[in-house]
Amino acid sequence: MEKKTKINAEEGRQELTITREFDLPVELLFKAYVEPEIVAQWMGTKVLKLESKIHGGYKFETTDPKGNKHGFNGTIHEFVPNQKITRTFEMENSAFAVQLEFLEFEPVTEDTSKLNMHIVYRSVELRDQMIKMGFAPGINMAHNRLQEIVNKLK
Amino acid sequence: MNLRRDVFQAIADPTRRAILLLVASQSLTAGAIASNFDTARPTVSKHLQILTECELLKQEQNGREVFYHINAKKMIEIADFIEPFREMWDERFNKLEAIMKNYKKNIE
Repeated sequence: MEKKTKINAEEGRQELTITREFDLPVELLFKAYVEPEIVAQWMGTKVLKLESKIHGGYKFETTDPKGNKHGFNGTIHEFVPNQKITRTFEMENSAFAVQLEFLEFEPVTEDTSKLNMHIVYRSVELRDQMIKMGFAPGINMAHNRLQEIVNKLK
Repeated sequence: MNLRRDVFQAIADPTRRAILLLVASQSLTAGAIASNFDTARPTVSKHLQILTECELLKQEQNGREVFYHINAKKMIEIADFIEPFREMWDERFNKLEAIMKNYKKNIE
């Protein structure tokens, strides 16, 4: 089966791209990034603020299983309906530096569309770290064990 | 069923990881695998079934016996450090797609 979401992260670079084709018209795909209650549903986060316009800001908040709250925020730099959003993304109270995200929305057919997300990090190390922590901690541990098994196979 | 996520659920279990480690060095029958664990034989069978369904293990008939061996290709694929990151986005986008399809139905 062809993988729907593709990640291109070349070694030694401080950026990556995420591409995905959707079985949705581009207008609906874009709407999923603009309507606060829809963003909340698929991102699994509380949307405290979402101003979809140039110089607008956004602020999300998630609560982990232990009840700790984590805030995320950013500023919107470019906003072209059904075409593009350029924004910053920052994790609050963390050592991670802000990142820059270029989101491009493209119609493929009348009923399908494509999202191209280009993320630029402050450094190569930071990019790699973000990739590694981009999933649940439980899985991360299992993953380290898995790496041991794979090393045995090599 | 989300098979991709199940792969990670499969490796999240310590007994299943122990089975993978064991089979990584040589192909074994279910009986030989079970003899390495204190766990009841049906429980080990269940673990083997899950690992086979996730394609982490492959079964091979050898005469009257079935040997389990590791699917190296699959193991390497999911051990790639980008893969869990990709899974996370994939799952997120699947959700987005499902929500918006539903949304579309409601406005039509």
